[in-house]
Amino acid sequence: MIDFEYAAPTQLDEAIRLLAAAGDGTRILAGGTDIIVQLREGLRSADLVVDIKKISELTQLKLSGDKGLHLGASVSCRRIYDDQNIAASYPGLADAVRIIGGWQIQSRASVGGNLCNSSPAADAIPPLIAYSATAHIAGPGGKRMVPVEEFCTAPGHNILQQGELLVALTLPPQPSNAGSAYQRFIPRNEMDIAVAGAASWVQLDQSGERIEQARIALSAVAPTPVFAVDASEWLKGQVVSEEVFAEAGELAKRVASPIDDMRGTAEYRTHLVGVLTKRTLATACQRARK
Amino acid sequence: MSTEVAPDTQTPATYKVIGTRPVRHDGADKVTGKAVYTDDLHVPNMVFGAFVRSPHAHARIVSIDTSDAEKMPGVLATCTSADLPDPWDKVDNLGEGCVNYAHLSGNVLARNKALYKGHAVAAVAATDSYLAQEAARRIRVEFEPLPATMCVQDAMRNDAPLLHDELITHTLDDKPARPSNIASHIQFEKGNVDEGFAAADVVIEREFKTATVHQGYIEPHVSVALWNEDGRLKIWTATQGSFVVRQQMAELLKMPVSQITIVPCEIGGGFGGKISVYEQPVAAVLSRKCGRPVKIMMQRDEVFEATGPTPASFMRVKLGATKDGKLTAGKAWLAFDAGAFPGGVIGPGAMCVFSCYDLPHATVDGFDVVLNKPKTQAYRAPGSTHVAFATECVIDELAERLKIDPIEFRLNNAAKEGTRRVDGPVYPRVGLVECLQAIQESDHWKTPLTGPNRGRGVACGFWFNCGLKSSVTANVNADGTVTLVEGSTDIGGTRTSIAMQLAETLGITAEDVIPQVVDTDSVGFTDVTGGSRTTFATGLAAHEAALDIQKQMVEQAAQIWECSPDEVTVADGVYQGNGKSLSFKALAVEADKVGIPIVGRGVVDPQCSTNAFAVNLVDVEVDPETGKVTILRFTVCQDAGKAIHPSYVEGQMQGGSAQGIGWALNEEYFYGDDGHMRNASFLDYRMPTCYDLPMIDTIIVEVANPDHPYGVRGVGEVPIVPPPPAIANAIYRATGVRFFELPMSPPTVWNAIKGQTTGE
Amino acid sequence: MKTHVTTTINGATVEFLCQPRQSLLAVLRDELSLTGCKEGCNNGNCGACTVMLDGLPVDSCLVLAVEAEGAEIETVEGIAEQGHLHPLQQCFLEGAALQCGICTPGFLVTAKALLEKNPQPSEQEIRFGLAGNLCRCTGYDKIVRAVQAASQASPES
Repeated sequence: MIDFEYAAPTQLDEAIRLLAAAGDGTRILAGGTDIIVQLREGLRSADLVVDIKKISELTQLKLSGDKGLHLGASVSCRRIYDDQNIAASYPGLADAVRIIGGWQIQSRASVGGNLCNSSPAADAIPPLIAYSATAHIAGPGGKRMVPVEEFCTAPGHNILQQGELLVALTLPPQPSNAGSAYQRFIPRNEMDIAVAGAASWVQLDQSGERIEQARIALSAVAPTPVFAVDASEWLKGQVVSEEVFAEAGELAKRVASPIDDMRGTAEYRTHLVGVLTKRTLATACQRARK
Repeated sequence: MSTEVAPDTQTPATYKVIGTRPVRHDGADKVTGKAVYTDDLHVPNMVFGAFVRSPHAHARIVSIDTSDAEKMPGVLATCTSADLPDPWDKVDNLGEGCVNYAHLSGNVLARNKALYKGHAVAAVAATDSYLAQEAARRIRVEFEPLPATMCVQDAMRNDAPLLHDELITHTLDDKPARPSNIASHIQFEKGNVDEGFAAADVVIEREFKTATVHQGYIEPHVSVALWNEDGRLKIWTATQGSFVVRQQMAELLKMPVSQITIVPCEIGGGFGGKISVYEQPVAAVLSRKCGRPVKIMMQRDEVFEATGPTPASFMRVKLGATKDGKLTAGKAWLAFDAGAFPGGVIGPGAMCVFSCYDLPHATVDGFDVVLNKPKTQAYRAPGSTHVAFATECVIDELAERLKIDPIEFRLNNAAKEGTRRVDGPVYPRVGLVECLQAIQESDHWKTPLTGPNRGRGVACGFWFNCGLKSSVTANVNADGTVTLVEGSTDIGGTRTSIAMQLAETLGITAEDVIPQVVDTDSVGFTDVTGGSRTTFATGLAAHEAALDIQKQMVEQAAQIWECSPDEVTVADGVYQGNGKSLSFKALAVEADKVGIPIVGRGVVDPQCSTNAFAVNLVDVEVDPETGKVTILRFTVCQDAGKAIHPSYVEGQMQGGSAQGIGWALNEEYFYGDDGHMRNASFLDYRMPTCYDLPMIDTIIVEVANPDHPYGVRGVGEVPIVPPPPAIANAIYRATGVRFFELPMSPPTVWNAIKGQTTGE
Repeated sequence: MKTHVTTTINGATVEFLCQPRQSLLAVLRDELSLTGCKEGCNNGNCGACTVMLDGLPVDSCLVLAVEAEGAEIETVEGIAEQGHLHPLQQCFLEGAALQCGICTPGFLVTAKALLEKNPQPSEQEIRFGLAGNLCRCTGYDKIVRAVQAASQASPES
C-alpha cells in the first residue's frame, strides 16, 4: 500500500481543519478494523490518516438517567459491553458490540466507526436505529445532528461532507418498561459478516401485556441498514404474543430488498428477516418485562 | 475425554516410554515465541519478492513488459517463465502423489497461458516488500482472455474449452483421437458387477457433489532463497519435505542436488499442501539475478487462489445388498478436478471408495479432469473424504431401507484381514471391526439422543498410509543422552514420538533423547512428513538406529569388562556381562572415557501401507428456521496400531475431525461467473472457530500393525475422512432430508427442509 | 518520512522508526525482532498476530505502529517470567494443546487476558473468548482444556 501521512490531533477543531484542508484523500482512523484492511487491499486510498482517538469528545462514554447514553465516536465496542450499567440499559446495543468480530476486534472497533463505514451489514447500526439514536456531526460549517436511520446513503457511503466527522452518538434515556435485542444470522457462531440482522426495541404498557411503541431495524438486506417502518407502526397497541411477533416479521420483510451473493440468496435473507424479527421481539419483550 | 481400548493381545502391554505423554522437546520454544518459522528469519542483505498473477481464469499470455518495474529505484530483478530452463516431461513420485515437471514448472510460472485466476506469470525482487508489491503492479502483462471452464461436468464435455491442446486421456480403453480436458481415466474391476447387482434385493444409486476446499494452514507459503557466489543454492522454507523440495528444485532449475541445500524451518501447518514448490524456484532465480537473498511470502488471498486446494467432485455411487444386509456389488463413477494441470488425486479416491467393505463385485471409473482452477494438491487422505461422503451416505440409506442398525450393517460387511480391495491389495491385520465395536461400547452410543430437530449419524473411513524412506543418525553423548538427527519436518509433535521409540528401544527416557530436525546436508534422504508415515517410518528408522547403538554398546561393554560380546546381555536398558552390570547411561559414561564414539544409523524404506480406519459418531441439532447445524457431540474412534504418544494421536484425530466438520458444513470456494474466487480470505472461507465446535471425544483402538516393532500405524490422515458423511447421516435423522452435496451450509439445508415446516 | 515512536513493550521502553503505513505486527517482527506474533492473514481474521495493547488483546495487523506511541504492549515473549513458564504455557505443553505451534503465541496472549479478566471461565466463555484465534491443527479441544487447567492452577506457582 502507498504510504500516507499520519496525524493524531488532540482537539476537535484541529481535526476538522485537517480534514477540510487535505481534500478527499483523507481517512479517519478510529479502531482501524475496517479502514486498515481497505487501505491494504486498495479499496480505499489515503494521503492522510487522521487518528481521532486522542480527542476527548470522541472518547467519552457517559450514561445518565435523564440524558441517556453519550457515546463518543471512537469508543470501542469492548468499553460498551464492559460497562454493566450501559449493557443493562441498552441490551440491544450490547448484543451487537459483543459480536462484531472476536475479542481482538472488539477491543479496537468503535460503534462510530461501524456507522461511518456504512456497510449494509453493519451490526451496530440496527440497534442505533431501533434506539432512535442521533448522530452528532462537526465540520467546517459547524455542528449538526442527523437521525441515525438517515446517516447511510448507499453501501460504504453516508451523509458526511468533506471536512466533517462524527463526534458522538446519543441514545435517549430508557424507560423502565423498554427492552431491546439484536440478533444476526451467520453461518458460523462468530467472526462472520451478517447474512441478515434485526434489532427490535419495544416499550410495553404498565401491565407488560401490550406494546406501546416499537422500532425494528434490519441489516444486510438492503443497500443500507434500514428502519422497518410498517412493522414498527403496526406493533403499536398489539399484545405481546408469538403471533404478533411473527406478523411483525412478515411486515418487516417489506423494507428488505436483499441481493444474492455468496453470503446468502435474496430469498434466504428475506426469510431470515422474519425469523430474526420474531426472535428479537420476543427477547426485547422479555427484557422489557424485567 | 479419551478412552483407550484394551490393546490387541499380540502386542506386549508393558512399555516404559511408549504410551506415556512427555512434554514435547520443542515445547518451550513454541510457547515462548522463540521457535523459528520461515518468515521469522532475517538473513543479512535480504530483499523481498512479489508475484504478478493472472487476473483471468483462462488467457493466452501475449506479452510481458517488465521495463517500468525495472526502472524503479530499489527494484533489483524480475523474472518470468523464460528464466526457468525448458522443463522436461518427466514424472516423479513426491511421496503424496506424482508430479510431472513440465506441469510443475508451468504452474510455478505460467508459460504461454494463464490457466486460473491467480496463476503466477512473473515476479520481482525489491529492497522492501511494499516496493516489491508496487513494482509488481507496474509489470505490464498483455492477455488475450479465453473462455474458462469451472466444473468437472462442464470440463468433460466435448465442446469444453481446452486447457492443454495436446492432452490426450491416459486410459485402458482405446486412446482417444482428440485432446480433451480428461487427463486420465482410471478403472478398477473386481468380480462381475452385473451378477452382483442381480443378486441384490435392494440397490441404491445416488449422485454427489463436493465443492473446492483448501487445507487452510495458518502459515502462508514462505521461503528465503540464497543463490551464493559459489553457485550453491540454499533455501529456507516452510515445507513438509525438504528432500522432495530439493528434488523439485534440481529438476526445475536443472542443477545437481549436491548444489542445493534445503533448510526446513518450523512449519505452520501443511496437511499435504506444502509439498509441491511454488515460490521456492522463483525466489531462487531472483536471488541468482540480483545476488542477494530473496524472501517471498504469500499473502492469504494468494494462498487461496494459487496454491493447491483439494478437488471439487462429481460422483455417482451404486451399492446393492441382500435383504439380510450383505453387500453384493458396488459401482462408482468419479470425476475429480485436477485443477489447471493433470495429476490430481483421483487415483487414491478410486482406490478408497469401497475400501471399508468386503465387496465381492465392483467397478470403479475415475476421471482426472483439468479445469481453470489452481492445481489441486493432497489434503489429508486426498480423495478419500470425497468418496467416503458418497459411499457412507449410500450405506446409511441401504441400512435404513433394510431396517438394519447402521453399525451392525457395517460390521456385517467390514473389511478385515484377507479382504481384497477393489484395486487389488489384500488387507493384512486391520482394525475396522474393532473400531466399530468400540463405538458400540462407547458412552456416546449408549446415551440416547432426545429432543426435536436432533439426529445421530455414523460413518467410517480409510486411508492407506505409506511407508517410504527415512534416514536417521543417533549420537551417544558423554552423559548418556542421545542426540537423534532426523529429516522429518515436525508439523505436529513427531520429533517427540520418534524420540520416544528410540528411547524405548534403548531403555532410556524420552527426556534423555534430544531430537533435531535438520537440513538436507545433514541427514540421509527422508521422504515427506505426510502420508501418515512419519511416526511409523522415521520411528522405525530410529528403532533401527537404536539397535545399531545397542550393538556398539555391547561391544564397548565387552571391551570394558574383558569378555566377549556374546557374553553381554541387554534387558530393559541394563547391560550385563562377566558379573558386571551397568545401565545404558552409566555404560555410556564409561565408554566415552575409553572407547570410540558411538553413532547409530537407521535407514528404512518400508513398502507397506499401515492401513488406518476411523469411525465417527456425531449428534447434531438443526435449526429448522435457519438451516444452521450445531454439532452437539462428536466421537472419533481410530485404530492407531500403537499410540506412541497418546496426546498427539488424539490431537491428530481431533484436528482432522475439525477439518472434516468444516468441509461438511461451511467450507467452499465461491466462484463468480468470471471464474474468480469470491472468498479468498478467512472472513468468507469459513473454517471452524473455537466457538463452533464442542469437545471432540477420542477412542484409540490398538490393533497392532504387524509391520512395525511397536505396532504403529499412521494416524494423521484418516480422521478427516468420516465427518462429512457422519454429519450428513445425522442431519438426515434430524430433518428427514438427505444431502448429497457439500458443504451442507445453512442456506442449503434450509432450502432443502423448508418445504417440511409449512403450517408452522 | 519515518516517524519516531516511543513505547513500552513487555515492561521495557522501546524506540523505533517506522512509516505510517507499517502495522504494529510488521514493526514488532521486522524491526524489533519480536517474531513471536505471526502473520496469518493480515486482515484481522485469524488472531495469529494477537498482542496486548493497553491491557486488551488486539490483532496487531490492524494497528498502525505509530499508534503504539505512549502505549503499553505485551507480547508472547513477555509471558514467561525470569526463565519460568507461566502456568498457562505449562498447561499448553502438558496438555499437548499445540501441534504446529504457529497459532500458539496468539492463543496464549488471548487466553492469558481471558483468565485475568475471568479467572474461572466456563467452557462456553473460553470458546467465545478465543473465537478470534483460528487453529487448523488441534480442533481446539486440547486448547480449551489447557485453559481450563490453567484456571485451576495458582498464578503464583
